[in-house]
Amino acid sequence: MRNLGALWRRSLVSEESDLKELKRGKLVKMQNSQAPKAHGLYDPGNEHDACGIGAIVNISGRREHKIVEYGNQILMNLIHRGASGADESTGDGAGMLMQIPHELFVEEGEKLRIEIPERGTYGVAMVFGSRDAKVCRRCDQILEAQVIEGGLVPLGWRTVPTDNSCLGEIARASEPVVSQLFIDGKGLVDEELERRLFVIRKRVEHQVRREFGDEAEDFYLCSMSCRTIVYKGMFLAPQLAGYYPDLSDPRTVSALAIVHQRYSTNTFPSWKLAQPFRMIAHNGEINTLRGNINRLRGAEKMLRCPELADDLSDLFPIIEPDASDSASFDNAMELLVRSGRSVPHSMMMMIPEAFGPRYHISTDKRAFYEYHAAMMDPWDGPAAMAFTDGRVVGGMLDRNGLRPCRYVVTTDDMVVLASEAGVIEFPTEQIRQKGRLRPGRMFLVDTEEGRIVLDNEIKGKIVRQKPYRRWLEQNRIELRGLFQPSGRIEASPEEVVQRQRCFGYTREELQSILVPMALNGQEPLGSMGTDTPLAVLSDRPKLLFTYFKQLFAQVTNPPIDPLREGLVMSLMTFTGKQRNLLEETPRHCRQLKLTHPILTNEDIQRLRLVDRDDLQVATIPSLFQVDENDSGGALQRALETLVDQAEEAIRNGASLLILSDRNCSEKMAPIPSLLATAALHHGLLNRRLRSEAGIVVESGEPREVMQFCLLCGYGANAINPYLAFESIQKLYADGYFPEGVEPEQLSDQFINGVKKGLLKTMSKMGISTLRSYHSAQQFEAIGLSKEVVDAYFTGTASRIEGVGLDMIARETLARYRKAYEPRVDGQLELGHDGEYQFRTDGEFHYWNPETITLLQQAVIKDDWDLYTQFSKAVNDQSRKRCTLRGLFEFVSGEPIPIEQVEPVDEIVKRFYSGAMSHGSISKEAHETMAIAMNRLGAKSNTGEGGEDPARYAPSEDGDSANSAVKQVASGRFGVTIEYLSQAKMLQIKMAQGAKPGEGGQLPGHKVTDEIARLRHSTPGVSLISPPPHHDIYSIEDLAQLIYDLKCSNPGVQVSVKLVSEVGVGTVAAGVAKGHADEVLISGHDGGTGASPLSSIKGAGAPWEIGLAETQQTLVLNGLRDRILVQTDGQLRTGRDVAIAALLGAERFGFGTSILVSMGCILMRKCHLGTCPIGIATQEESLRKRFQGKADFIVRYLRFIAEEIRQIMAELGFRKMDEMIGAVDRLACHEAIGHWKARGLDFTAIFSRPEPSGGSDLYCSRPQPLQLDDHLDWQILEQVADAIENSRPTEVDIPVRNVHRTIGAILSNRIVQKHGAGGLPDETIRVTCRGTAGQSFGAFLAPGVTLNLIGEANDYLGKGLSGGRIIVKKPKGANFSAVRNVIAGNTLLYGATDGEVFINGLAGERFAVRNSGVTAVVEGVGDHGCEYMTGGTVVVIGPTGRNFAAGMSGGVAYVFDEHQLFDTLCNLDMVDLESIWREEDRNRLHELIRRHHECTGSRQAERILENWHEMAGQFVKVMPIDYRRALKRLAESEQVNEEQTTITEEVYHG
Amino acid sequence: MANPNGFMMYPRVNAGYRPVAERVQDFKEVVEPLSPEVLHQQAARCMDCGVPFCHGAGCPLGNRIPEFNELVYRGLWREAAETLHSTNNFPEITGRVCPALCEAACTLNLDYEPVTVKHIEYQIVERAFTEGWIPQGAVATRTGKRVAVIGSGPAGLTTAQQLARRGHEVVVFEKADRIGGLLRYGIPDFKLEKNIIDRRLDQMRAEGVHFETDVTVGVDVSARYLQKTFDAICLCMGSGEPRMLDVPGAELEGVHPAMDYLMQHNRRVAGDSEDQFGDSPIRVSGKHVVVIGGGDTGSDCVGTSIRRGALTVSQYEILPQPPKRDNPETPWPSYPKILRTSSSHHEGCQRRWSVLTEKLTGECGHVTDLHGCEVDWEEGPFGWKMVKRPDSQFTVKADVVLLAMGFLHVVHSGLINAIGLDLDKRGNVKVGNYMTSVPRVFAAGDTVRGASLVVHAINEGRQAAEAIDRYLK
Repeated sequence: MRNLGALWRRSLVSEESDLKELKRGKLVKMQNSQAPKAHGLYDPGNEHDACGIGAIVNISGRREHKIVEYGNQILMNLIHRGASGADESTGDGAGMLMQIPHELFVEEGEKLRIEIPERGTYGVAMVFGSRDAKVCRRCDQILEAQVIEGGLVPLGWRTVPTDNSCLGEIARASEPVVSQLFIDGKGLVDEELERRLFVIRKRVEHQVRREFGDEAEDFYLCSMSCRTIVYKGMFLAPQLAGYYPDLSDPRTVSALAIVHQRYSTNTFPSWKLAQPFRMIAHNGEINTLRGNINRLRGAEKMLRCPELADDLSDLFPIIEPDASDSASFDNAMELLVRSGRSVPHSMMMMIPEAFGPRYHISTDKRAFYEYHAAMMDPWDGPAAMAFTDGRVVGGMLDRNGLRPCRYVVTTDDMVVLASEAGVIEFPTEQIRQKGRLRPGRMFLVDTEEGRIVLDNEIKGKIVRQKPYRRWLEQNRIELRGLFQPSGRIEASPEEVVQRQRCFGYTREELQSILVPMALNGQEPLGSMGTDTPLAVLSDRPKLLFTYFKQLFAQVTNPPIDPLREGLVMSLMTFTGKQRNLLEETPRHCRQLKLTHPILTNEDIQRLRLVDRDDLQVATIPSLFQVDENDSGGALQRALETLVDQAEEAIRNGASLLILSDRNCSEKMAPIPSLLATAALHHGLLNRRLRSEAGIVVESGEPREVMQFCLLCGYGANAINPYLAFESIQKLYADGYFPEGVEPEQLSDQFINGVKKGLLKTMSKMGISTLRSYHSAQQFEAIGLSKEVVDAYFTGTASRIEGVGLDMIARETLARYRKAYEPRVDGQLELGHDGEYQFRTDGEFHYWNPETITLLQQAVIKDDWDLYTQFSKAVNDQSRKRCTLRGLFEFVSGEPIPIEQVEPVDEIVKRFYSGAMSHGSISKEAHETMAIAMNRLGAKSNTGEGGEDPARYAPSEDGDSANSAVKQVASGRFGVTIEYLSQAKMLQIKMAQGAKPGEGGQLPGHKVTDEIARLRHSTPGVSLISPPPHHDIYSIEDLAQLIYDLKCSNPGVQVSVKLVSEVGVGTVAAGVAKGHADEVLISGHDGGTGASPLSSIKGAGAPWEIGLAETQQTLVLNGLRDRILVQTDGQLRTGRDVAIAALLGAERFGFGTSILVSMGCILMRKCHLGTCPIGIATQEESLRKRFQGKADFIVRYLRFIAEEIRQIMAELGFRKMDEMIGAVDRLACHEAIGHWKARGLDFTAIFSRPEPSGGSDLYCSRPQPLQLDDHLDWQILEQVADAIENSRPTEVDIPVRNVHRTIGAILSNRIVQKHGAGGLPDETIRVTCRGTAGQSFGAFLAPGVTLNLIGEANDYLGKGLSGGRIIVKKPKGANFSAVRNVIAGNTLLYGATDGEVFINGLAGERFAVRNSGVTAVVEGVGDHGCEYMTGGTVVVIGPTGRNFAAGMSGGVAYVFDEHQLFDTLCNLDMVDLESIWREEDRNRLHELIRRHHECTGSRQAERILENWHEMAGQFVKVMPIDYRRALKRLAESEQVNEEQTTITEEVYHG
Repeated sequence: MANPNGFMMYPRVNAGYRPVAERVQDFKEVVEPLSPEVLHQQAARCMDCGVPFCHGAGCPLGNRIPEFNELVYRGLWREAAETLHSTNNFPEITGRVCPALCEAACTLNLDYEPVTVKHIEYQIVERAFTEGWIPQGAVATRTGKRVAVIGSGPAGLTTAQQLARRGHEVVVFEKADRIGGLLRYGIPDFKLEKNIIDRRLDQMRAEGVHFETDVTVGVDVSARYLQKTFDAICLCMGSGEPRMLDVPGAELEGVHPAMDYLMQHNRRVAGDSEDQFGDSPIRVSGKHVVVIGGGDTGSDCVGTSIRRGALTVSQYEILPQPPKRDNPETPWPSYPKILRTSSSHHEGCQRRWSVLTEKLTGECGHVTDLHGCEVDWEEGPFGWKMVKRPDSQFTVKADVVLLAMGFLHVVHSGLINAIGLDLDKRGNVKVGNYMTSVPRVFAAGDTVRGASLVVHAINEGRQAAEAIDRYLK
């Protein structure tokens, strides 16, 4: 075997020079070579990234160096979408994928005496070599050998010239050796050669991994293709070309390039995670990665593709271990493409469009997607993909369209596609077309055919290449087509009760969950937080389900709205035997199609009776022997047997396995259904049999939404919760339902409730289809041993260890024994259990009569002794093992006299009150809280709902009710420039402890005129807060909002509120890199005004874990000293605070406990508005009952501070700063004797990473300033006089896409001077020329007109507060305005007042949550006017789907030329009316006239010219709520004269 | 929850009383039940609190009040009865005589008026008896263990019932001729008619409880014998030692402990003949009656004396008159010390507070006058101090003086001393998890905690039975 590489290459990197690099400073030491392994709670698996992407292509396929230059330019102009690390000069990664620069290689090859063959007949491997010279040499040998093995010939190596002088320290420390290997194709060309190179690459990767494991983890093949090559690395955008001189070499020519700028949530070096990958660049996140990988793994055994290789097994696993989501996607995509599918076809399989019933799409396309649903599940998550195979270049968006993608086509055949418009400036006359990618749509440039191929054409061709529709019709199996069994099996009431006891049913569940679900078809709501023990700390036997917590999306990807955007979601699944993914036959779809995963008791009977060749059903008992001595062992054996039985059944031909616990008996107990399901799923996966059969769980256990989600998430394809149905029937028989309801209806409603719950839970994670949620394991375990998790829940995070199988068995048996015990008179059939409400004999609650009373009496009487009793009762760990911190103890130090400890006054400054809106609580309560916090020098928080401007000025007695922290949440209620300007801190609420990932709704009847005024809405109109911030779909978007907010109030601090979950630390690091000043880690147990019960209980993790993870991650990343860390979540005592401080928090929030101190008694009726204490209500009569006083809160918080001082004195801390992050002063309470808690291990929480560069463990320096280069400073220079003297002034200024948030600083200055009213109309007129960056005109104040000639990016007019924005196309533009996309997505988000005229098309979510702006636009994308609550929108051109979803107020006039608007409009909340009233016609005419005047719009002109004909083609979109409210308002005006207030009128309406 | 807005829609309605003129003529119960419609609304007032203080802080039994309120609202009376009985053995008693700590702790009591929990309870159990929903019959599995319960007051009866339901053989020993203890002889019929007790006793007999009346343990049967023949013994003898008046003249005839009077009276109502009272029958007809002590027992004496034709009835309390509504010393949710006016007080009685009885004088060894004065209470470094108010002395006619000043502790003579049980500082029997210092001998109720409420006695009985059952296993 020849070994070329070892002979003559690599002289340039000696091991010596490597060492030198390594010795540089501490930074390098800690971050040597690659990202750290899991450490403490930090797990690299949690990292996220997002980014800007771009692609440029010459349609005609002409290869030019210009393309490469443009690629670089795109990167430069997307730099604000990337981020830098702790050293501010190491980028997160950037790269370029382009065609092989053949000319360059030929000439360079000559110099190296390598003869480069003809273009297309050879391949190039772009190699990151390991920094370890020995490993590097061996890897090269492997590569060469495999090439030879694969029948090709290695021609020679080229060391890629690089210049690392531009790199940041961190990047340089991990710099690999970059080289290229040229490979002779030996006669193979094109696809054949690509395939061969692919197979070789896979083999190399696997062999290297086998030989070296982690040692060679920096060995990486960026690309290995005969067409394309990837240049990438850990760069900030400008560094890419600097590092690779090749890219500046004029000989480097390509017809296409894809570029990518990464923003990662960490600062760890990772060269290989830079994008593009071999075929794609991805902006977004794959949420369902775990499931996708598992399923692909499951399918591997069946993969056959003779064209690739006779035996594919040495290519497995297809997905590289530890790869990022994008890399995994790329791996899967490569497989599909290399095995013969086209690139667009593969994209359509992996990121299918939504094809639900509300979509009008071709039958063939629907059939295509449905057919493929039976073989591959969507790789779900926000995604903008740019892809290429070296010949075609394309872009595609996911079904939700949550990432922006704009394109421009020039007259000289250039196409630029990028995350933003304006990344390359072309002269106006050169522009042929501008557009944007729409949700689910593809855009393709075929350089061989030399043309742009549109979505319809590409897809039309693909969906008809095989008779998918016929195949489906003839093969899919549906339940209703199966044999109908005769008669129902009724269980006797006694049997039902015994089963209920066996499966741990409680009266509370029956009455508070099952009854409402069966009656209303949805999950009941609750309020306040949860204050019961974690399952592992509970004294009661808990269901295994309760050990899991749902994951949810925050920051790095958006949750979706299952109600208003439900059209993109689907619960449809296929289950049964799957076939070879790499071919397509009719048999592939011969599976059972279910429209949703819940089977009734009749359905399961039907399935059991099936006996046909293509669907064979086997029942596997899910039971274990009752063995008191070795219950864990019995359970384990049963699980093994279960998998064995399943395997046998599959070998006998079963394609559907029913996992059943129906036949439990006195000797055989049911295996917890989740355990059985997960064990079977993973067991079959490990035996490579998972795709051979579907799993149907027939169990008495599941009855609550969370439980169904868990079963689906861990592998169940369908579930029959037979006991839930039986229980509902029994409840019916017992008379728990009102008269007139039918029992069948109840079961259906229950199923509906579960379905809605499933959709909601999926949507929290941003997942749209159950197919991809299935086995995606979107949970983390709290309190399960690693052993159990690794064996049965493989891949799930479980960070504090916990119970093992024996304990799980014990808990099951404890319930089980009870079920078979005889019942005594006076004993109820089922216990109440008190999980949601306090019961003396139920689950322990932290807030109970004793603690509530003690705290209230302590503050009323100002009695320190009573406070200490309260604090003792709460802290008493031996009795109340309720929280993790309850199990901690302090490691004592050298005590100091308490006089030396910093005073109470200093400590209380670190306190915040929880974010509660005026709306969720009464004015009285809200102001009391603000006054108290201000008296203390602490900070209160407005919550989401604005604030009464009357509170900005202090009252006469010196008190101030102005909240220091003003919240900016997804509904943006009351967020005006004045509000922002009055804040000391602005808080972006990404999630809330009680319902992370969910939105909220304030029902109309609670929107009193007072609330409506503060929220800039209409009394009586419901207000919806969407689940996501529509301007934050990823981490770089968050950075943008932070930037916006800082512009709106220069000098303000910005806080980002997150909820604890696995991976929150990495998100926090991303937040720190986004220049937030504070990150808040909320515990899962935080309060709420209204939340579904499963969310209160089932989502999020304790703050102890999240906070520790955050601290560790920030410290590891060298970011801790530039960001404040706050924590909250049922903090009640000084001890709680001290523990939080030691774990790393320096600020502390109190919500529930402050409420209790001012009178709250945990009624948990906030969602009903009937709070008898007058706190959580708007009802006048109840508000009068409010007895709380600011003094109570002041006393309480001072008591806490005093308690902290005592602890500090004991531990020897003089200042709180000293104790922050001192986790070594915490230990686990030695006396943990609790039967379940024994297995807990807090090592990870108490782990203390070494701070890098000796930086502090608390915030000790400010974030770098970002506003210096803001365009507004230039404008301000010219308008100083205008602001001072209201003198009209005009400014003319060129803009580019890097100029973001234009107008916000200016607006701040105006309201600072003039208040909310701003300046007189048109005082300042700024004409901007060019492409404006994001957030153009955000929060624009009255008196300013921004006149943009050119185009705008996303978020134009965000929070518009009275200003005017005009966007028009430049003179001389060749394109038509009604076809020209001139503005991006999510315009006018949360805007309250002002005017907007847009001379062209806008993107998705136009005027989302607009509450007062008047806007005219020539066309909008999907979801127009979503969640709008006020204002007027006129659309004089086309609209997308789902218009007016969640629109509760305002009106829209839409030009409906084709009479199809009602098919595009979401009619749930609105009615459509024709324009017949004179006032409507006049108004519309006036607005269009103004639009014409401002923009010169041709379309407006056309309409005005033909007014009489065209006016009739408009429809008016009228929210039902709004009409009602307006009517009521009109009526109440009359009634007003009779001395009745509007409030009452509206409230009682 | 029944109706989220119920508490705002409906005001509290109290159960009514028969007219005074009518009710003082007989000894029947004075309460008049609410109509079903009104009751439905009253149940709707319950807010099903997240932290139900009625259940968690008020009711010592932890009655599942929000749950049965809702069931009543929904018309599921049978389930309501089951729920009620799951925590309370004798709701028909507490539904009549309990001072309703639950209502004091009701969240609505913070400002509004509390839910009428007690009356709802009363109606649930009465309906259950009427409908025959109270289970009548013994449990199938017998343990073969025997337990003796000494005393048949509420604690004893509860202990007995709970143990019988767990399959133990239970014998209740009562020194009086009838079963019921204070329930039967301490509480007048106008508050609790005695057929209510009999109805329950029938059910208990059906459950397998044996009752032995007229047996004074320690006299008729030795404690040693019981210890030998029973696996466990539970003392539920009450707290029978009354606090006496220590003033000159207290020894005069006509001065009686309240309980003596109430017992005689109750026996008369039950039809016992006068000769059974021997040489000390207490008659009040046509006499001036003074009741010393302002509590419930005193009020029972008032109502009884009025029905027995007393000329005048006065009630004196040494403590000052409590506030009419809020008392900051006893904040919600604790049972407030406020002015309470019972049905008896409405029937004609003079009440005075801050009154100290200085002496009694009489003629022929029989009391005729009470000499008292008013006092003030001053708070000093060592607690409250009583100071006589100058020139406030008074004298009133008093032919009968009834001493309702509370009880000290269980009667020590006899059984307690015979077994040799340890006592606590206050003279109550000392227990650890309901077992006394002597193995296998348990104690519960007033015997352990001193004189208290029926509801506490029931709670004690349940706890003790639990302890005994565990012990026997």
